[in-house]
Amino acid sequence: MIHLSEEQLMLFYYGESAEASGIEKHLAGCEQCRAEFRALQLVLNTVDSAPVPERGAGYGEAVWRRIGGQLGTRRRRRVFTWWIWAPTTAVLVLAAFLAGRLSHRYETAQTAANQQQVRERILLVAVGDHLERSQMVLAELSNAPDEKGKLDISDERQMAEELLDDNRLYRQTARTTGDTAVASVLDDLERVLIEIAHSPSEVSNEQLAELQQQIESRGLLFKVRVLGSRVRDEESTPISEKDKSRKKL
Amino acid sequence: MDAEAGGAVERARSGDSEAFRLLVEQHSRAIFRLAFRMTGNEQDAEDVVQETFLRAYRQLSRYEARSSFSTWLYRIASNYALDLIRTRRRHEEKRQRGNSEDRDILQSIPESSPGPDRIFYGSQVKDRVNAALNQLSAQERTAFVLRHFEGLSIAEIGEALGTGTNATKHSIFRAVQKLRRSLQPVAGTTT
Repeated sequence: MIHLSEEQLMLFYYGESAEASGIEKHLAGCEQCRAEFRALQLVLNTVDSAPVPERGAGYGEAVWRRIGGQLGTRRRRRVFTWWIWAPTTAVLVLAAFLAGRLSHRYETAQTAANQQQVRERILLVAVGDHLERSQMVLAELSNAPDEKGKLDISDERQMAEELLDDNRLYRQTARTTGDTAVASVLDDLERVLIEIAHSPSEVSNEQLAELQQQIESRGLLFKVRVLGSRVRDEESTPISEKDKSRKKL
Repeated sequence: MDAEAGGAVERARSGDSEAFRLLVEQHSRAIFRLAFRMTGNEQDAEDVVQETFLRAYRQLSRYEARSSFSTWLYRIASNYALDLIRTRRRHEEKRQRGNSEDRDILQSIPESSPGPDRIFYGSQVKDRVNAALNQLSAQERTAFVLRHFEGLSIAEIGEALGTGTNATKHSIFRAVQKLRRSLQPVAGTTT
């Protein structure tokens, strides 16, 4: 007698078997498979005992309070024709940010400087987040295991797609305002993000090696880490301290 | 009132933040449960909930009504939690390399019953279940949680994670095999 496989039993347990009636008949007449199925049921029922902390009825409201403020700024972009002026706004804000970095060579009025610092702080957070997320994608691919068969990189691909638009804006602005060091890192980053975004969901060892080579040959992970670290330093420096010793990225 | 049925999704897509608030309030607890089962950590689960709704808001224009809104949210939450689990594990591996005396939590749990106290034993079984879930790869755990706890079909999970039906089926199968190996000795002893 041919017995049922573990995979057949699992699919039957979850109601996903295409041969459910045949399996039922077999189970009715085969003690060994019945015992096997019962063992599987016991294990999966045991998994259900893993506790999950309860969240009360007001939890949704609490989540909304945490995120509501952050949505407001995005919504303004959506209400207007964001595809026309969002890039322009981002460019202008980033220009102000980068111009502020250059402006330390000149004496400016204190009020203007304070406003500038606030703008810088806001943008630093955005650039810092962007670099952190980019770093996550690059590190994930660089450290991917060298195994036989295909590797699923669909998550990294999706993240790369999402990061590309922001990266373009930051790069173009950095270029426009003459911050070539930042522009250069973002330029390298963009090329690799494009490669990742255009890769298939599952890559072979050779394709993965090519991507890793792209990341490695540009020293990209290191550059992004250094730039991200500097941005984070700037971000955590009190405004008064920054006023005393400003530095370029 | 069911926010989705009340057209909240459509209104949120057109920029109505009050409608989005309804959706957040309706789906937060389910996303938290999913996130906790995936990450096994309360703080990480909170991060996943928050990031899921922020991403959902940013990507509302990409939502297609062919899948339910909750399935779409699961997709966002699962993918973010996957990233988080992988990052956490890398950090954990680094930390453990620096502390070779760390003991494997699974090994610290006895194979057989410690005594007649079933309450104590029950809590040990739960620890063992958690440890067994922690043994799964990020992909296996995600696929298993979505199938076993959330009741999504294998095809839906494959679509949500972008992995396809066959790869998803194998992830779940590997997860079940690993869980059987870890939990067979204690299976069926919970009260």
